[in-house]
Amino acid sequence: MERIRSFIDAAGWPRIIIALFLLGLFVVAPFVQVRLDASISDTLVRFGMNGVMVLAMVPMVQAGCGLNFGLPLGIIAGLLGAITSIELELTGILGVLVAMCIAIPIAAVFGWAYGLLLNRVKGGEMMIATYVGFSSVAFMCIMWLLLPYKSPNMVWGYAGTGLRTTISVDGYWIRAISDFLSFQQGKYFYFPTGMFLFLALLCVLMWLFMRTKTGTAMTTVGSNPDYARASGVDVDRMRTISVILSTVLGAIGIIVYQQSFGFIQLYMGPFYMAFPAVASILIGGASVNKATILNVIIGTILFQGILTMTPSVINSIVQTDMSEVVRIVVSNGMILYALTRVVKVKSR
Amino acid sequence: MEGHELLRMEGVGKSYFGNRVLSNVNFTLKKGQILGLVGENGAGKSTLMNILFGMPVIQETGGYEGKIFIDGNEVSFASPFEALEAGVGMVHQEFSLIPGFTAAENIVLNRESTKYNILVEAFGDRLKTLDRRKIRQRAEKAIETLNVDLHPDMSVSEMPVGHKQFTEIAREIDKERTRLLVLDEPTAVLTETEAAILLKSMKKLAGLGISIIFISHRLQEILDVCDTIIVLRDGEVVREFEPEKTDLMSIASAMVGRSIQGQSRRTQEDADRTSGDVVLTVEHLWVDMPGETVRDVNLEIHRGEIFGIGGLAGQGKLGIGNGIMGLYASGGTVTFDGRNVPLNDPMAPMSMGIAAVSEDRRGVGLLLEEPISWNIIFTTLQVQNRYLRPILGGLVRIRDAAAIRECAKHYIQALEIKCVSERQRVVELSGGNQQKICLAKAFALEPKLLFVAEPTRGIDVGAKKVVLDTLREYNRKNGTTIVMISSELEELRSICDRIAIVDEGRVAGILPATEPSTEFGLLMLGKVEKTRERVTA
Amino acid sequence: MKYTLREQISHFLVQYAVPIIFVLLSVFAIPLSRFSTQYLVQEMVARLARDSFLVLSLLIPIMAGMGLNFGMVLGAMAGEIGLIFITDWNVMGIQGMLLAMIISTPLAIFLGWMCGVILNKAKGREMVTSFILGFFMNGVYQLVVLYGFGNIIPIKNPALVLSRGFGIRNVTNLAGIRHCLDDLFSFNVMGITIPAATFLVIGAFCLFITWFSRTKLGQDMRAVGQDQEVSDSTGIPVERTRIISIVISTVLACYGQIIFLQNIGTMNTYNSHEQAGMFAIASLLVGGASVSRATIPNVFLGVILFHLMFVVSPMAGKYLIGEAQLGEFFRVFVSYGVIAIALVLYSWRRHKERERARRSLRGAA
Repeated sequence: MERIRSFIDAAGWPRIIIALFLLGLFVVAPFVQVRLDASISDTLVRFGMNGVMVLAMVPMVQAGCGLNFGLPLGIIAGLLGAITSIELELTGILGVLVAMCIAIPIAAVFGWAYGLLLNRVKGGEMMIATYVGFSSVAFMCIMWLLLPYKSPNMVWGYAGTGLRTTISVDGYWIRAISDFLSFQQGKYFYFPTGMFLFLALLCVLMWLFMRTKTGTAMTTVGSNPDYARASGVDVDRMRTISVILSTVLGAIGIIVYQQSFGFIQLYMGPFYMAFPAVASILIGGASVNKATILNVIIGTILFQGILTMTPSVINSIVQTDMSEVVRIVVSNGMILYALTRVVKVKSR
Repeated sequence: MEGHELLRMEGVGKSYFGNRVLSNVNFTLKKGQILGLVGENGAGKSTLMNILFGMPVIQETGGYEGKIFIDGNEVSFASPFEALEAGVGMVHQEFSLIPGFTAAENIVLNRESTKYNILVEAFGDRLKTLDRRKIRQRAEKAIETLNVDLHPDMSVSEMPVGHKQFTEIAREIDKERTRLLVLDEPTAVLTETEAAILLKSMKKLAGLGISIIFISHRLQEILDVCDTIIVLRDGEVVREFEPEKTDLMSIASAMVGRSIQGQSRRTQEDADRTSGDVVLTVEHLWVDMPGETVRDVNLEIHRGEIFGIGGLAGQGKLGIGNGIMGLYASGGTVTFDGRNVPLNDPMAPMSMGIAAVSEDRRGVGLLLEEPISWNIIFTTLQVQNRYLRPILGGLVRIRDAAAIRECAKHYIQALEIKCVSERQRVVELSGGNQQKICLAKAFALEPKLLFVAEPTRGIDVGAKKVVLDTLREYNRKNGTTIVMISSELEELRSICDRIAIVDEGRVAGILPATEPSTEFGLLMLGKVEKTRERVTA
Repeated sequence: MKYTLREQISHFLVQYAVPIIFVLLSVFAIPLSRFSTQYLVQEMVARLARDSFLVLSLLIPIMAGMGLNFGMVLGAMAGEIGLIFITDWNVMGIQGMLLAMIISTPLAIFLGWMCGVILNKAKGREMVTSFILGFFMNGVYQLVVLYGFGNIIPIKNPALVLSRGFGIRNVTNLAGIRHCLDDLFSFNVMGITIPAATFLVIGAFCLFITWFSRTKLGQDMRAVGQDQEVSDSTGIPVERTRIISIVISTVLACYGQIIFLQNIGTMNTYNSHEQAGMFAIASLLVGGASVSRATIPNVFLGVILFHLMFVVSPMAGKYLIGEAQLGEFFRVFVSYGVIAIALVLYSWRRHKERERARRSLRGAA
């Protein structure tokens, strides 16, 4: 009993409710004619698609910059890489790699500037990050109209200029990463091995980075900036590095997402993309100033599991689509919970 | 009503967690009199005032002993509001003012004069409108009583420090009930002219029948205005003076003087120690540390000695170590082992072999949420690139968990840190063990020179001895030069070879630790220089 | 303390940077848009009447130091629920509007109280918390309105309900109360219709705010807004005062949304409140307010400047580049950008002030 209580204390009741809810959905699924194998496959695919963007939260949380609501900035870099790769008519894994190679330096520059900004507004990072994300998305809406891309697959047919809202990557690099060593089991179960390997690779790299001198210093900055400074660490530099890393991972993340999803969504597409990523890592057990790779994996599976299962299972039970409402309540409820629970070790 | 007894304390005492800080305090204060309360830092003044004012910290730690009488009736305040109700007003060292409000608004804060309107019936008293005219009148009256030059419409954020102090006192005067006013070091932040005005106001208030308890380090002020002077030392009233029958020197020696036997653990061997060449030279150092400004410090520290830096709080002794370690903006010349130490760069002194243990243990010294091992090795890892191992054929280097564990275990054993394992989070440890971790962190750097600031602050008696012994042993064994900065003079005298006393951001004097305490006490009170000046003048 | 003219000018420019930029933008964009003055003035008058109340509801939490109340959307939701009920009951005209207000007031008080309690748990990060709370409650609102209405809560009018038998339609027609306040008492000046009744309500509300700031409660709010610890030590009930400020703001936002929707005449059941929050906050900031200081003139200036840009930018974009969409994206960008800039400026300034406060503690060297 004591152990159960301490487990609930450690995990927090919202997480337990969410986990039980998901478990319940899986248990109910077979009774309402929802195929388990298809559901699990869907969950896995969505886990792989979103994993990198959730991983992008880790460095900034660890460096004490809070949850990166400014993820759209990295996503925009990823979008630029993706459409440039398509403009160059590149296909297959090469297309994806070129997209990433273009996106990463752009993301690094964005992240650097964004990091400099966040260093000037310590304490108010999250709100500012949100609006920096929003306004950069809105700004890019203008740019998508004006940028001189020419590929007929991407621009509006009638005008000949201006990028379309949704661009298909079919015929270029759809599932270029996912299909590496992937396999199909029966009619409904698809396993995107390549995407998992890629996510695992990034997780391992992140794990290693967090153990280097710089990674250690970054965690320390998040834990106690004054201690870090007294130990000879340049606090602002560490924060900037964390923001750059987070932005670059956001850029890579959206490309992974697109190659699996099959479409590039421009304009208001990236607008709310930070929220599911933020909610995922929090559901995985992270707090506003502590996050691990395990939090990323658990959180993404739980959150994406709910997003996959609610439409199919709940709809079969009550004959209405409640998935949108469930998504809004779960993700924002989780963020709200984390925000009101922050126990600041140091008050200044 | 002259001579009517207002406040009487009988056998008041207090201990925190078995740690006695105040015992058997007795005194009486008559109406319209000023009582001077003096004592070193940690002598028990604040605790005594906290008891009188009913601060929650007292109740939370088990209440106090003895009795307090006001007007002959026993009182025991559970909260400051009860104390206010009974007419006890207190002006703390830290200002309690709303920056964007005017002096008048602050004087009447939460006691504003209001006017009735019909909405009050529906929504309660808080919807009464403010009566600005009356508020201003009240403020003017309070300021007039104080007899200071303060404009009621001046915004607090634009006031000089002295005016803020006056505003606070005016607030207490405006409270009609106030009969006893406690002023905790009101003159510390004032210029000399301002202080003189304040002292005059105090006399005026006393003349109006308000009793005052005046806490100050400036003994001349105490002598000038007080009717009685009480000296606290180690939680006890050691002397009660009448100002006409005493002088500065007697008060000063009562404050710091204490029997040397039993306290000191100095041995013949200590006395015979000879120090080496000069290892650290500090010339014209200034440090912009808030509350601990260093103005112009010159020091020469010898190889292998334990050098003490003492002085009253706020005089700048803490700034010296923090400044050299690059934590606050500073200037001047610091030479270590013949090489110039770049200032304002925390990495520079550490890479040259200087380490520091911060006085702000929980704020700067520790990563409370991280394990013990990480706390001990982090600085060394950053400064000396140790505890890293190459992977991927030397491409990158990551933390060497085994070596880190090894190192942490070594220090846990060597310093007898009480913990479950090296993975335990530091926040779960006691103050003494946390301090040992701070020491271990510094030792892990294998420094040639070590700054230790307030090593025994906030830890229990047993742990104090262990910490001091550890420092002494480390000095003897490794020949490491140690600069120890502490507010507790006896502690310095028990372990140091020489002690510098810092006053108003400058070194007032350097004496061998064997000199009597009174000598140090006079240096602390900044009296030596000034009396000499007066003599020569 | 004397400032040189140069310092005064630069201080003015920094203080009013956002409104100045907007004035310049408008000067540039108005001729491009080819709108007639008559049209623009009419639009601005209508929009002032429509939006001012919502923006004004933001003032009190700013006074209490809780920043921009992104939680005002909770009030807007309460108002919308009231409107759904009166539409269902077919109560028309000004009576309908008043009834909607009466129904939604207790709901708004409850939501405001909840918001206040939550924000007290997230001191120092009120804005981001109220922002997320708005999103969260939007989900709850959808749950209630999309699944509860017509199911658990009876709705008689089939025109309101989705074809599946429960849940309110995406668009609710408010024809019954359309312009009921605006037209209650209005007149024409040189061909421009002025909804005098609405302006009277807004005027009364401005008087209320001015009066409120002179009450004991208003004084306490300002004290709490500047320093919670000091206020607490003098016995002001800090948490309670903060909750009251949020409750007032939420109730007023609820009335503001009802006034807004009676002018529009139709309600996007699931979006109106979100837009209400963003536009109100952006307007206030455009008017030169900051996160910690906002006045009544900021509100009116902000509404005019923000909506001027809002009206002219699509047409200006169309005539300038041949893309009306460009102008539309531009105004979205500006709405978010101005909030971002205001937040950055505020944090920056606070950072500097803290620095200065630290400096003032130092002795004179």
